[in-house]
Amino acid sequence: MGAQRHPAGRDVGRGLVGLVTLLFVLFFVIPLVWLLLATSKSAHGLISGQPFLPGSFGDLTANWDQLFGFQDGAVVTWVRNSVVYVVAALAVTLVVSVPAGYALALTRFRLRRLLLVVTLVVMLVPNTALVLPIFLELNTVGLVGSAWSVILPMSFFPFGVYLTYIYFSTSVPRDLLAAARVDGCGEVQVFTRVALPLATPVVALVAFFSFVQNWNNFFLPFVMLPSSDGYPIQVGLTSLLASTPAFNPSSAGTQSVQLPTLALATVISVLPVLVVFLFSQRFLVTGMTAGGTKE
Amino acid sequence: MTSSEAGRWASTGRRRGPAGGSATGYAFVSLYAVLLVAFGVLPALYAVRLAFTDGDGAFAGFTNFSTVLSDFRFGSAVTHVALYLAIWLVALVVLVSFLALVVHAVQVRWLSRVLRLVFYLPGALAGASSVLLWLFVLDPTASPVSGLLHLLGFTSFVQVITPANLPPVFAVIAFWAGAGGWIVVMYGALNGISNEIVEAARIDGASAVQIALRIQLPLLRKWIAYMGVLSLAAGTQLFVEPQLLSQASNAVVPNDYSLNQLAYQYAFQQNDFNGAAAISLLLLVVSLALSAVFVTRGGLFETEV
Repeated sequence: MGAQRHPAGRDVGRGLVGLVTLLFVLFFVIPLVWLLLATSKSAHGLISGQPFLPGSFGDLTANWDQLFGFQDGAVVTWVRNSVVYVVAALAVTLVVSVPAGYALALTRFRLRRLLLVVTLVVMLVPNTALVLPIFLELNTVGLVGSAWSVILPMSFFPFGVYLTYIYFSTSVPRDLLAAARVDGCGEVQVFTRVALPLATPVVALVAFFSFVQNWNNFFLPFVMLPSSDGYPIQVGLTSLLASTPAFNPSSAGTQSVQLPTLALATVISVLPVLVVFLFSQRFLVTGMTAGGTKE
Repeated sequence: MTSSEAGRWASTGRRRGPAGGSATGYAFVSLYAVLLVAFGVLPALYAVRLAFTDGDGAFAGFTNFSTVLSDFRFGSAVTHVALYLAIWLVALVVLVSFLALVVHAVQVRWLSRVLRLVFYLPGALAGASSVLLWLFVLDPTASPVSGLLHLLGFTSFVQVITPANLPPVFAVIAFWAGAGGWIVVMYGALNGISNEIVEAARIDGASAVQIALRIQLPLLRKWIAYMGVLSLAAGTQLFVEPQLLSQASNAVVPNDYSLNQLAYQYAFQQNDFNGAAAISLLLLVVSLALSAVFVTRGGLFETEV
C-alpha cells in the first residue's frame, strides 16, 4: 500500500540509502587498495602520480630491497620473532585451554564454578588493561626482556577456555563418554580418544583467535621488550616509522625509509592475518557471538 | 556464589554421579589455573599493592592516587579519551546498525556477501598496521584522498592532527578497523529474526523504515548493548594510535595523550611504578565494572546443564 501511495518518496529514500552505503564501501575499500598499489611505486610516483594506478615491478623490487636492507635485515628478524612468539603462544594456549574447557564442562570439582566466573570476568577485560600490571610483576622476577615475557602472557587466553567450555557443554554427549568408560578407557583416554577428535572445530576456532590477536598485539611486546632484536614486526614498524623522513624530518640520513617502503612493510606486517581473514569470516562471527547466543 | 547455590551444585553432582572424577577435573585445569593466577589474578593484586604503597614498600594510603589525579596531564588525558569514546561509540552504534540493516535488506545474494567482506576485511589490520595506513591517508601530500583533505582546508599533515581533530581521527581509525566484524555479527542476528514477524508487519502496511525502527532494531538491542560495553571497555585503553601519531608528528601529538600512555610515562620516564600502578588500577576498575555488569546481566552461563 505504502509503495503505491508514495512511490517517488520511496525511490528517493532508496537512492539516498544506496548512496550512503556506497560512500561507506569506498571508505572501507580505498585505503586498502591504495596501500597495496603504493608498494609498487617510487617515492616520487606516490606523491605526484595518479593514486589508483599501479606503479612498476622495478619500483616494487626497489622498495623490497630497501625494506630488507634496513638495519641489515632487521625486518626478517622481526617477522621471525613474530612467528616464534605467536606459534609458541598458540601451542601453549591449545595444550592449556582445551583440557581446561573440557574439565570445566564435563567434570565436577569444587573450584569449578569459581574458575568459570573468574575466567568470564578476565575474558571481558581488555587484554591491554593487564599489560602494565604484568610488566610490574615480571619485572620483580627478572623475566622482562626475554621471549617468555611475551609468550607466557599471550598464552593465557581465557576466551579460548570459554569457547571450548561452551563447545564441550553443548556438543559432546555425556553418554558417549560414559560408554567409553564402560569399555575400559581411563580418564585421559576418554579425553584424547573420544572428546578431542570431536572437538576439532573448536580447536581451530581457538587457534584462529589466538593467532590473530597475538600477531596484532602491540602494547604487550612494546612494554616487555626493550631491544630491537626482540621486536615482533608490529613493534618493528615503529622503528621504520621513526626512520621515515616524511613523518619524522629529523631522521633523514643513510638509513632513511621512503613512504612506499613503509607501505610495503605495513602490507607484510598484516599479510598472514589478511590471508587467514579471507577464509574465516564465519569463524570470526561464531567467536564474537559465542558470548551471547543464548536467548 | 552463595552457599545455597554451592549446595545445589553439590547435590546435582551427587544425584547424577560425577561425569568424570574430580581428580581428573583438577588435573585438566591445573595448567590453566596456573596461568590464570600468574597473568590474571596476581598482576591485578600486585597492582593494588603497588598503588597503595610508596617506592620503599611502605603503606601510602591514597597518596599515589592523589598524586596522579592532581597531575595536570591526567585531567586532559581523561578528556581526550572521553571525547574519543563519545564520538566512536555513537558512530559505532548508529552506523553499524544502519549498515547491517542495509546489508540484510540487499536481496541479491552475491552483493550482500561482497558488502560484508568489504566491511570486514579491514579488521585484519589491527594495531600498528592500521595506524600506519591512516598516517598515509591523512597526510595531504601522499593521501589517495588528498583532494578531499584540501577541500576540508588541510594542506599539511600537521594541520590534520591538531589537538581538536585527534578524537575524530582516532575514532575514524578505530571504526575503519573495528566496525566490519560487528556489522557481520548484527547481520547474523538480523537473520535470526523470524521472517513471519517481518512479513506480518509488511502486510499490515509497515514500510521498510518502520520495520527497521519498530521491529528489527528493538530485537537487536541486546547485541548493540554487547557491542557498546565491549567497545567502551576497549576504548578506555587507547594507546597505540596516539603513541604512533606522537612519534610520527615529532611530538605535535603529546606522548601522554591517553591514560595508558600516561601510565607508561610514569613507569618508564619517571620510574614511578606506584603511580603507574595507580593509573592502571583505575583503568582496570572501569573494565572490571563494565565486564561485571555484563556477566551479571548477560546470562553468559546459561549453557549450564
